[in-house]
Amino acid sequence: MSSAIDVVQTKSDNVPGNWSLWLRQIGAIFRMEIEKNFLSRRSLLIYLIAFLPLFPLTILALITPPGREWKDFNQYSVIYSFIYNAFIMRTLVFFGSAWIFMNLFRGELVDRSLHYYFLSAVRREVLVVGKYISGLATSILLFTATTVIAMLLLYFPHFYSQSVRYFTEGRGLTQLLTYAGITMLACLGYGAFFLFIGLFVRNPIIPAVLLYGWEWLNFLLPPLLKKISVIHYLNSLVPVPMSEGPFAVVAEPTPAYIAIPSMLVVTILVLILAAYRIRHMEIRYGSD
Amino acid sequence: MSTSDQLIIFDNVSKFYGEILGVNRVNLQIAPGITSLVGPNGAGKSTLMNLMTGLLRPTRGSISILGIPTDQPERLFRKVGYCTQFDSFPRGMTGREFLNSFLLVHGYDRKRVNELSQLALERVNLVEAADRKVAGYSKGMRQRIRLAQSIAHEPAVLILDEPLNGLDPMVRSETIALFRKLAAEGLHLIISSHILHEVDMMSDRVVLLNNGYIVAEGNIHGVRDEMEEHPMQILIRCDQPAQLAAYVFAQDHVVEARLHDDRRGLFIKTRDADRFYLMLNHAVAEGEVNIESIAPVDDDLSAVYQYLIGTSGGSA
Repeated sequence: MSSAIDVVQTKSDNVPGNWSLWLRQIGAIFRMEIEKNFLSRRSLLIYLIAFLPLFPLTILALITPPGREWKDFNQYSVIYSFIYNAFIMRTLVFFGSAWIFMNLFRGELVDRSLHYYFLSAVRREVLVVGKYISGLATSILLFTATTVIAMLLLYFPHFYSQSVRYFTEGRGLTQLLTYAGITMLACLGYGAFFLFIGLFVRNPIIPAVLLYGWEWLNFLLPPLLKKISVIHYLNSLVPVPMSEGPFAVVAEPTPAYIAIPSMLVVTILVLILAAYRIRHMEIRYGSD
Repeated sequence: MSTSDQLIIFDNVSKFYGEILGVNRVNLQIAPGITSLVGPNGAGKSTLMNLMTGLLRPTRGSISILGIPTDQPERLFRKVGYCTQFDSFPRGMTGREFLNSFLLVHGYDRKRVNELSQLALERVNLVEAADRKVAGYSKGMRQRIRLAQSIAHEPAVLILDEPLNGLDPMVRSETIALFRKLAAEGLHLIISSHILHEVDMMSDRVVLLNNGYIVAEGNIHGVRDEMEEHPMQILIRCDQPAQLAAYVFAQDHVVEARLHDDRRGLFIKTRDADRFYLMLNHAVAEGEVNIESIAPVDDDLSAVYQYLIGTSGGSA
């Protein structure tokens, strides 16, 4: 080969070795993706979803609704548990994660820009990790903020001094951190699942709605089937369990020392499958 | 370094999209220099390029570029740059940000990234517009920023799908000069183009594709020489064309001799151009005729294209 080519090859190879290279590449992908997640037109919907519970809670802060439970400070942990379970965790974090993680690859296929990543000297597995971490950072930041602000917004306007004591001396802070941790875990699990789904399905709404239905019907499922869901493990960690009604099939909650590692293991397995899929993926925008 | 480390090798490669044929049984070895892929729409040019860069996977066969299999992007794109036809970009970026972002993904540090992107912008003459949003670029500028992106990491193999599309004549000629310079530096350039005279002008060799098959490959004149069913046409400008016609028609390899309309030249068709030129030298030496000029009429890519593929090549 000519010396000119040798010179070119030497220049092109002038990059650090594996781990440090991969970390640097993950950093580059993360920065690009995080900018898209927060600053693109697509991110408007995410802001709307993430901060949706704050609108009614702000109104509730200004007016006390009728009903005895709103005048009883001890009932607030139950009220928040309901808001968190039904609204924040099952709906907002779910659909927010669906939007963020499915768009990581699906959005680029729609924009016809994924090939720029595929034409870079980066392992596609590294690409999956970089994109997943960016989605995770986005969803965790937004939905954990919502979880925390929603709780504070519920407690403080009506029972300020009791709330200060509850969060500084009582169980308030532990509960707040537990809810925040559950939100993070939900982002982790749902995120991996939706990233994976986004690689296969042209219209992600359908699988998202199907999974949403499965997660909502979890209370009716027999104990064994309950375990094939994300919500079962998240429910097991909630500090104030929500009543699931008279028709619910009661099952023992999974202990935290099993629930958390199980979620992490399933997440890693799903990401491995996503990486395998991406490794073998072709760019055919016409058919996507 | 073994020979395969210097070549782009297609080994019995086929690609099917379901039941639709992309390319079939492609066997090719491409050496450094400029190689052009020519063929009508749907011939398989872009498929071949996408296969070369791992954007598509072959249904059968294997491809290696300088010894690297195409399913290893982390190694492949240290050596390969690909300027695709996809006229789309990540949203909201300036030209410079676009280059920098993907150089960072390659793994270069910031200082090197800035150097490489500046150099690439200079090479495609886009420095002044570098800090404007790509969304506001003209078609020609978008083409050039894509070209800059494909050369920014200084690849040894550059694959360019219709790289001259949308460029004005001035930039077009600058770009062709850049390709020549890169080829002179020892790079492989694989170019697809539908403008045959430009392909003819810049290519060291061509690959003619039709309906997913390679119909001819090699140096264009070599390909032309091998087309025995289409005798070579030569126009000879001389003082006594009628006398020359009688002289050459006696040769067994000359199949046709026809006077030019202005009666100051002679078209001949020969099955053996080398023997014809030798014979003409003798005629001149013997004083039979005074020759003003000799020019092959169908020894270019357009003619070869027309003979092999059967159209004028306008939409190739």
